[in-house]
Amino acid sequence: MNYLDFEKPLAEIEGKAEELRALARANPAMDVAKEAEGLDRKADTLLKDLYKALTPWQKCLVARHPDRPHTKDYIDALFSEYTPLAGDRGFADDHAVMGGLARFNDQPVIVIGHEKGNDTKSRIERNFGMARPEGYRKAVRLMEMADRFRLPVITLIDTPGAYPGKGAEERGQAEAIARSTEKCLEIGVPLISVVIGEGGSGGAVAFATANRIAMLEHSVYSVISPEGCASILWKDADKMREAAEALRLTAQDLQKLGVIDRIVKEPLGGAQRGRKETVEAVGKAIEAMLKELSGKKPDALIKDRRQKFLDMGSKGLAA
Amino acid sequence: MNWISNYVRPKINSLFSRREVPENLWTKCPECGTMLFHRELAANLNVCTSCDHHMAITPRDRFTALFDTGIFVEVKVPEPITDPLHFRDQKKYPDRLKAAQKSTGAKEAMLVAEGEVGRTPIVAVAQDFSFMAGSMGMYVGNAIVAAAERAVKLKRPLVLFAAAGGARMQEGILSLMQMPRTTVAVQMLREARLPYIVVLTHPTTGGVTASYAMLGDVQIAEPNALICFAGPRVIEQTIREKLPEGFQRAEYLLDHGMLDRVTHRKAMRDELMMILRMLMGMTPAVKGDLPPPGDPSAAVADAN
Ligand SMILES: [Zn+2]
Repeated sequence: MNYLDFEKPLAEIEGKAEELRALARANPAMDVAKEAEGLDRKADTLLKDLYKALTPWQKCLVARHPDRPHTKDYIDALFSEYTPLAGDRGFADDHAVMGGLARFNDQPVIVIGHEKGNDTKSRIERNFGMARPEGYRKAVRLMEMADRFRLPVITLIDTPGAYPGKGAEERGQAEAIARSTEKCLEIGVPLISVVIGEGGSGGAVAFATANRIAMLEHSVYSVISPEGCASILWKDADKMREAAEALRLTAQDLQKLGVIDRIVKEPLGGAQRGRKETVEAVGKAIEAMLKELSGKKPDALIKDRRQKFLDMGSKGLAA
Repeated sequence: MNWISNYVRPKINSLFSRREVPENLWTKCPECGTMLFHRELAANLNVCTSCDHHMAITPRDRFTALFDTGIFVEVKVPEPITDPLHFRDQKKYPDRLKAAQKSTGAKEAMLVAEGEVGRTPIVAVAQDFSFMAGSMGMYVGNAIVAAAERAVKLKRPLVLFAAAGGARMQEGILSLMQMPRTTVAVQMLREARLPYIVVLTHPTTGGVTASYAMLGDVQIAEPNALICFAGPRVIEQTIREKLPEGFQRAEYLLDHGMLDRVTHRKAMRDELMMILRMLMGMTPAVKGDLPPPGDPSAAVADAN
């Protein structure tokens, strides 16, 4: 288990319990069961307390937790016949973006998502989930195909943001993001997004301009990272806690603002402590959202999606 | 997404704070250091007479120079809810807004107008970099939607002058949502088969570049304008190398296929007129054929 900073007290208790059990394994005569159970209960209570009242900054840390299920985990578990389709037909295939044909509950769909990777090698290969223009252009190509063959599109959002690199800028990062957002607004098929970890600014919105948007309970979605915001507005990157608070980037605040439609509950202690349940819960949410949109005509899907974004924010937090 | 604002703010601040002082009639060109007399600079549309550096120009000044005889009618922009997140950093967001209103005399970072350019009826919208770095929040989004709706109603093309440090962080996710929102506005124009021309001015960055500012039928930039998604400082910190001379400047983007044209501010009016008249299927404009001064009362007429 990778513990986050704020989980340190928990790590200590769980470490002690583990030590005791290891000791008992070495000396079968020792009876530690009672003591270890006591520690377990203590750990449980602490975990509940911690996760009951996560601060926005703590949610950022949970959303970035390396053990959370990533796009690849969702695709493996929830989709069958996943057939990756590669390349933007112009320059490259961007490994930060997974995408292709697949079946969801037997129904053919297009699935697209940022993938961060889960070890050093795959993280580098996936560029930590930071897409270059080719990633957005691949997505545009897949969305066009979905539109042509009337396949629903499901996008999974998990990115720190679009990659701020020299080549990415030269090849038109801004234009690629703009076109991807535009394509989201053009397709006459259901478009469903789930923020499964980090929804990092333009890099996220380019896939998440959807008919229905869900967020995992402890995921975040923001115009800028708290660190970036703190360094600009507080002139001090260490004020990220304050910035995270001010930005209202939690799923709970975003639902109040009318930016997202539903929150998918995470198991106690976050998605990283119950990967399987989390993936299943997201699957159920996708199923429900697809059902809400089934039978809608292409024109209605486009019109509703546009109206949803035109209306967004008109009520502020009172919404 | 406001990565750039730190980088450009000092320069602009100094430029504008100087302008506030009435007795200071001289502006120092931030590029070449030449002291420029205010009247001469204004007559040259805020372009340095010595090195051709294109300085910021307010939407009002730009429109006065753009529209025939300087007459335009403001298009009303629906008021968004103020401070939707109750945002507070070192200052409260409403206080920052008030300070920007006081120092610029403008209401917000965007101005929408309708009028004629060489007898070509258009709707125009211009972003004001001096107002909180031109940042895109609900008001800017509302302005673009209002401009597009007005253009569709009047069957006129829309010309947009972009200038922004990116999204307005103080409006959080709602500033980010202006990316899809303004894209819907662009789609209204597309569907009505009305030209949408974007003029990118220094600097245009972040979420603004990554939405309505990159979706024009024709993309024109002013010379040497910085146009990017991620700002140069952020890139240098990420890749740990120095960026080449002219990186992310208008000419560089033109070379890399991201723009149609780079056009001097003083040639912009004629060029816009020419392109728009072709796209609208109108007869060629006769150079110098300015209409007689219009009825000045039109300038105060209600656009709605
Ligand atoms: Zn100069």
